[in-house]
Amino acid sequence: MAAAPSDPPRQRLLRVAACTGPEVALVVDGQAVTAREGESVLSAVLGVVDHLRLHEVSGELRAGFCLMGACQDCWVWFADAPRGRACTTPVREGMQVFTRPPPGLLP
Amino acid sequence: MTRIVVVGAGPAGVAAATLLVERGADVTLIEERAQPGGQVWRAPAPGLALDMDRLLRGDSEGFRRFHAGFAVLRPRIDWRPETLVWNVHGGTVQIVAGGAQQALPYDALLLATGATDRIAPIPGWTLPGVFALGGAQAVLKDQGCLIGREVVFCGSSPLLFLAAVQYARFGAAVTVLDTTPLGAKISAVPGLAASAPRQLAKGIGLMAALRRQGRPMHLGVTLLGFEGSGGVTGVRWRDARGVERVTACDAVAYGHGLRPESQLAEIAGASLRFDRLRRFHAPEADALGRCGNGLYVAGDGAAIGGAEAAEVSGRLAAMALLADRGESVEFGALPERLARLRRFQDGLARAFAWPHAQVAALADGVTVCRCEQITAGEVRAVLAPQLGAAEVNRMKAATRCGMGRCQGRYCGHAAAEITAAALGRADAPLDRLRAQPPVKPLPIASALVEDDWP
Repeated sequence: MAAAPSDPPRQRLLRVAACTGPEVALVVDGQAVTAREGESVLSAVLGVVDHLRLHEVSGELRAGFCLMGACQDCWVWFADAPRGRACTTPVREGMQVFTRPPPGLLP
Repeated sequence: MTRIVVVGAGPAGVAAATLLVERGADVTLIEERAQPGGQVWRAPAPGLALDMDRLLRGDSEGFRRFHAGFAVLRPRIDWRPETLVWNVHGGTVQIVAGGAQQALPYDALLLATGATDRIAPIPGWTLPGVFALGGAQAVLKDQGCLIGREVVFCGSSPLLFLAAVQYARFGAAVTVLDTTPLGAKISAVPGLAASAPRQLAKGIGLMAALRRQGRPMHLGVTLLGFEGSGGVTGVRWRDARGVERVTACDAVAYGHGLRPESQLAEIAGASLRFDRLRRFHAPEADALGRCGNGLYVAGDGAAIGGAEAAEVSGRLAAMALLADRGESVEFGALPERLARLRRFQDGLARAFAWPHAQVAALADGVTVCRCEQITAGEVRAVLAPQLGAAEVNRMKAATRCGMGRCQGRYCGHAAAEITAAALGRADAPLDRLRAQPPVKPLPIASALVEDDWP
C-alpha cells in the first residue's frame, strides 16, 4: 500500500507479507490511501501514519494496544458508520476514516 | 431437540464442538472474529501471502491440523462468525451480528472465550508503538505486519521468547527483557520437567536460539518505563546488578502472561475463585469444566493452559456436558493429562511472575486506566478512610478507573493490587471488578430491537 506522494508520513507497522487481494481505495483524514482486501483499517492506517487517534480526555496520540479487539484503544471515526475498532474492521472500497472527530459528526 | 451453544472457536471451542457433533448434538458455534483459530491458531486474513511454515516452524503442523479439522466440522454445525455474545440472560445468549441483535436460547452453554494479555502499567505504556505482547503476534499472524523494526519484548511470559523468535524470523531486531530472575526459572525447572518435559525443552530451545543469534536477552530486570513523545523511542530498565540502562527501539511488545476472559462465565452465573499463585480470579469449575446449571468452561478462559490444554479441556467439558445429559462417555486418561498440563502452567506462573509488589507501589503519576486516563494517585486518593471507597468497585465508581471502553481488562489487575495495598490487605484475596453486560461496547441501535430488555 502507498501514501500520496506529496506527504509521506512515518509509518508504524512494517509489512513483511504481501496482501494479494484486489486493491481497495480509502480516504484517511482526506488523504487517498490504497489498501488491499483482507487488510484491517488498523494495518492500512498504521501502514501510512504513526497513530490512529487522539485520546478524548488527554489528547495523547494512540495507536491501538491489544490488537485483538479487547482494549478498544484503536477506535476511529467513519463517515458512514458509528465509531469503531480499527483492528477488527476490514477495509472497504470508498471507506472514509478519520483519526480525529470529523467536522459535523458527534465526537 | 437439545441446542448446545459453544462460544469461541479457538482450540477449546472447536475441540468441544467436534466431539459434540460426533455424538449427534446440535451445535451452534459463535466466534467474534471472521475466522476460527483463537489466538494460537490465528489464520492469515484472506489473500495474505504469509508463509506459516516460516512463522510457526515446528508448530505449523498443529496449525494445519486445526484448520483442516475445522473445515470438516463447519458444514455440520450452525457456524456464526463475526458474532459477539454480549450477554447471557434467561437461558439465552444475546448476540449481535451485522448490527442486528438476537437472543439464542440454549439448553447447555459451553464457554471457550480465551484470554487476553495481562498488563502491569508503567510510565509510558500508552505511547504509540507500545503494544500488548499477544497483539504483536496477532498482527503478524493475521495481517502480515510487524509492530516495528527494532522491537523490545518485555514483561514476563514464556510468549516473550516465542514472539521474539517469530519476529526475528521476519527480520526484526529483537531484544528480550524479562522481569523474572533466572533463579525463579531454575527453581521451577524440576516441576516443569515432571509435568511436560517436551514443552519445557521447547521453551529452553527458544531461549537458546535467541542466545545463538546474539539477540540481547536479560532476565531479572526492573522495567522503569517506556520513553518517547508521540511514539516510543526507548525502554528504560535496571539490570539484575542494579545498573540503569536504556534500549533504543521503535516498538515494544509488553505483557505479563495471560488473564482469562471470564466475563461471560460470571454473567452466566459461574462463581469466581481467586487464584493465589497468579493473583487473579477465574471461573470456579470442577476438573472437567462444569460450573453448574448447564454451564461449562474450557480453554484459557477457564484456566490459563495454552493450546494443548485448551484442546483437551474442550473435549473434557463436552464429555461432561454429554454425561450430565445422561449419555455414556469414557473419560479415559484425559483428566490426568489435563491435570498434568495445568501443573506445568503452575510452574510457568512461577518462572514468569506477575510483578505485584511493583504494581502495588506504582508512582502516583503513572496512568493505570488508559481508557479514562486515571492515575495510580487518583485511585489511592479515593481509598482514603474519610472518603469511604473500601473496595475496588467502589473505587471504580468514584474514579472511572475500569469504567472505560476496555471495561477493566487492561487496568483491573493493577487497580486491584493498588487498592489492596492502599487498604493494607495485600495478603488477602484481591477484589475484582465485576463483569457487566454488554461485555464489549456495541452500538446502542443494535440493542434497541429487543422487547425484553433485561
